[in-house]
Amino acid sequence: MASSTLLFVVVGLALLGYYLARQRAVSAAVAAGPRSFHSLPGYHGGYVALWCALPALTVLVLWQVLEPVWLRSSVLDSLPQTMQALPDDQLGLVYNEIRNLVDGNFVTGEPSPELAVAAERYTELRASSRNVATGAVLVLGVFVLVWAYRRVRADFRARNRVERAIELLLIAASCVAILTTIGIFLSVFVEALRFFRQVSLLDFLFGTSWSPQTAIRADQIGASGAFGAVPLFTGTILISGLAMLVAVPVGLMSAIYLSEYASRRLRAYAKPLLEILAGIPTVVYGYFAALTVAPLLRGLGESIGLNVASESALGAGLVMGIMIIPFVSSLSDDVINAVPQALRDGSYGLGATKSETIRNVVFPAALPGIVGAVLLAVSRAIGETMIVVMAAGLAANLTANPFEAVTTVTVQIVMLLTGDQEFDSAKTLAAFALGLVLFVVTLALNIVALRVVRRYREQYE
Amino acid sequence: MSSPSSRGVKEAVARGIARRYRSERVFRALGFGALLVGLGFLAFFFYTLIGNSYTAFQQTRIRLDVALDAAVIDPDATRDPEKLRGADYQRLAREALNALFPDVTARADRRELYALLSSGAGIELQQLVMNEPAAIGETRTLWLLADDDVDVLVKGHAPRDVPEAERRVGDKQLGWLTTLEDRGLVELRFNRYFFTRGDSRDPELAGIWGATVGSFFMLLVTLALSFPLGVATAIYLEEFAPRNRWTDLIEVNINNLAAVPSIVFGLLGLALFINVFGLPRSAPVVGGLVLSLMTLPVIIIASRAALTAVPPSIREAALGLGASKMQMVLHHVLPLAMPGMLTGTIIGMARALGESAPLLMIGMVAFIVDVPDSPFSSATALPVQVYLWADSPERAFVERTSAAIVVLLVFLLLMNAAAILLRKRFERRY
Repeated sequence: MASSTLLFVVVGLALLGYYLARQRAVSAAVAAGPRSFHSLPGYHGGYVALWCALPALTVLVLWQVLEPVWLRSSVLDSLPQTMQALPDDQLGLVYNEIRNLVDGNFVTGEPSPELAVAAERYTELRASSRNVATGAVLVLGVFVLVWAYRRVRADFRARNRVERAIELLLIAASCVAILTTIGIFLSVFVEALRFFRQVSLLDFLFGTSWSPQTAIRADQIGASGAFGAVPLFTGTILISGLAMLVAVPVGLMSAIYLSEYASRRLRAYAKPLLEILAGIPTVVYGYFAALTVAPLLRGLGESIGLNVASESALGAGLVMGIMIIPFVSSLSDDVINAVPQALRDGSYGLGATKSETIRNVVFPAALPGIVGAVLLAVSRAIGETMIVVMAAGLAANLTANPFEAVTTVTVQIVMLLTGDQEFDSAKTLAAFALGLVLFVVTLALNIVALRVVRRYREQYE
Repeated sequence: MSSPSSRGVKEAVARGIARRYRSERVFRALGFGALLVGLGFLAFFFYTLIGNSYTAFQQTRIRLDVALDAAVIDPDATRDPEKLRGADYQRLAREALNALFPDVTARADRRELYALLSSGAGIELQQLVMNEPAAIGETRTLWLLADDDVDVLVKGHAPRDVPEAERRVGDKQLGWLTTLEDRGLVELRFNRYFFTRGDSRDPELAGIWGATVGSFFMLLVTLALSFPLGVATAIYLEEFAPRNRWTDLIEVNINNLAAVPSIVFGLLGLALFINVFGLPRSAPVVGGLVLSLMTLPVIIIASRAALTAVPPSIREAALGLGASKMQMVLHHVLPLAMPGMLTGTIIGMARALGESAPLLMIGMVAFIVDVPDSPFSSATALPVQVYLWADSPERAFVERTSAAIVVLLVFLLLMNAAAILLRKRFERRY
C-alpha cells in the first residue's frame, strides 16, 4: 500500500478502536451502574485510539524517512563496479535516471542494460519494502488495539492517561518554535560555513568588490568571483537610512499629533487608516516604487538638472519609509500614552504650553521606548526584501549618493538563489552567508530594542 | 504705578508668550502635516492603483465573420475530437480578417495584418468547435480576441500620434485598426480570461486564477499546520507550563521569531525542506510549510492574549465542580478564547497571503501556465504573480499587475473584515 492509504488505514483503525472501547465501557457501565467507572467512556475510547494511532504512525514516519535512503544504497550497491566508482555527483545523476526509468518519465533514448536491471531491482525492492511496511503497521495497529481494548475496566484510569498524552502533545507543539530557531540557525550556518571554506571571512566582511560569479571553465575571462560584501552593507544602510529619515519624523510626529492633539473622532478614523499602510503587502509597495515613484523622481531630477538613476536608492528608501510609518507611529503611540498624566499636569501647572510639555517632558520620558521602536523599525527596514528587489539596483556600487543605484543584502540573496543553482558553488552559498549576517544583525537589533523597551516600562509600573 | 523695569518685564513676557504660541502652532501644524503625509500617500496610492487597474477588467475584441470551413477543420469528416483539437483555427480567424481587407495581398503586409489578432483567437474558435461540432461549415459572427498591442492602443495607454518608431504598432496596422474602429468592429468586452486562466506570455491571455489557486493551497497548508500548533503552544504556555528556564527560552524564541526577516524563513525552506527533505520545488506545500513557521508566532501571541482574557473565576468554577485541569481548559477556557484565537489566526493568514519574499527562495517564481490541481504540483502565488508581471516588459502587463494587486487587496480586506466582525460579534467583557 502507498503511504497515504496506510495513513487512512491507521486513522480508520484508531476510529474503530475508539468506537469499540467506548461501546464496551458504556455497556459495562450500564451493567454495573454509572458510578462504578473511574473514567467516562469517551476517555476509554480515546485511550485505545491513541495507542492504536501513535505507534503505527511512528513506524510509518520512520519508514517514510528511511525507505529512500535504504533503497538508494541497495540499488547503487547492485550496480557494476565500474559505475560504483563514479564520483558522488555523477552517481546521483545515475540514480535519478534509474528513478525516472521506474516512474516512466523523461526517458531519453534507449536505457543501458545496467540501468534497466537496476530499475527492475528498484521496483522489486520498493514493492517488498512496501509490503513489509504495510504488514508491520497493520500487525502493530491491530495488536495494540486488542491489547488496549482489553484494559477497558471499571477501575482503569483512562482519563489520567489520555490527559497526560494530550499534555505531552501540547509540550511537543510548543517545542516547534525552538526547533524553528534551531533549524534556521543550522541551515543558514552550515551553508555559510561551507561558503567560508572557499572565501575567507575577512574578505567577505571587509572586501569592497562584489561580483558573485564563479567560473564554469577554468580559462574564462572575469572568472574569479569577488565576494566583498561591503558595498552591500553600505547599500543596505543607505536605503534603510533614507527610509528612517522618512519614517521616524513622520511616524513620530503623527503619533504625537494623534495622541496629544487630535480629537477623539479624528483619532478614531485616522489611526486605522494609517495602519492600513502596514497591511499592504510589500510586493505592492515594490511595484509602486518601481513604476510610480521612480519615474516621478527621475522626472523631478531632470527638471532641476540632477541625474537620478531609474533604480535610485532614493525611490526605494522613500517608499520603504512610508511602509514603516505605521510601525513607528503605533509603537511610539503606545509609549507616549504610557507616560503618566501627572507628568503632563505638572508641566502645565508650571505654565508650559502643550508643545513645550511634549518636547521637554513627554518626549524625554518616552525616549527609551521610542528608541526601542526605532530600532525595531530599523531591523524591519534591513530585512525588507520585495521593495528593494523591485525598486533598487543590482550593481554593487560603493556610494553614499542617494540618486545612484545601490544594491542591498536582501536583493543579492534573492538574485543568487533564483534561477539555476548548484549547491556547491560559492555563488549560491554566498546567499547563505549574507542570510547569516542578516539574521544575526536583526536578531541583535531586536534583542537590544526589547531590552530598551522593557527597562523603560519598569520605571512607571 | 508700575516702574519702568517691571513694564519691561511685562513686555518681554508678552513677546515671549507670542513667540511661544507661535512655536506651539508650528509644532501642531507639523504634527498635522506628518499625519497628512501618511494619509496623503495612502490616498495617492489607491488613486493610482485604481486608475491603473480598472481597464484590465476589459479587453479589446474584433468582430469577424468567421467561416468555420469544414475543409480546414475536418477534411475527412470524421468528427474525431483529436482531429478537431489539432486543426489550424488561427488560419480561420486570419482568413476572416483578411476578408475585411481584400486588398492586403503582400506576404509581409498580411503578416502584419494577422498580428492584430491574438493567438487566443484560434483557441476560442477551437473551444467553440469542440463544444459544438455542429457549427462546422457555418459562418459565425464572433468577437475575437485582439493582440495586446492593439488592446493597449485602443484603451489609450499608448499614444497614436507619435512617429512609427516609437510605437509597437506599425503605420499600416494603425490604419487597419482605425478602419475597423470606424466600422464599429472593435469593442471593449469583459476580460474573463483574467479570472479564469493561469499565467501566459501573451498579456491578453494571462490570468490570475492559477496564482489564486496556488495561494489557496498554500494557505490551506499554512492553516492546517499553524492553527493547531499555535493554539496548542499557547495553551501549554498559558495554562500548564511551569515558570522555569525552559519555558522562558520558548517565550524568548517566539518573540524573536516574530521579528526574523521573512527572507530568512525562505532560506530555511530552501536548505531544509527542499535540499534535506527533498520536497518538490515550486510546490504550494513547501510554501505553506515556510509560511506556517512564519505565521506561528503571530497565532501564538494572539492566542495567548485570548487565553489571558478569560477570567480566572471561570477556571475556578470548573475546578470547583470537579473538572480536571485538562477538562477545565478544553471544555471551558478554550471555547471562550476561541473567537480571539480565530481573529488572530485570520490576521496571520492575511499576512501570509501577502508574503512573497520567502516564496522567491523556494522556486515559486517559476513561469507556470497550468492551474495547479494539488498542493504538490508547481504553482505560484498571488503576490509572486504581481512580482512576475511587474517585471514583464509588455505595456499590457502594467494594468494587469495593478488589477492583480486590487484582487489581492480585496482578499486581504475580506479577511480583515472577517476578523473584525468576529471580534465584534463574539467579544465579551467580563
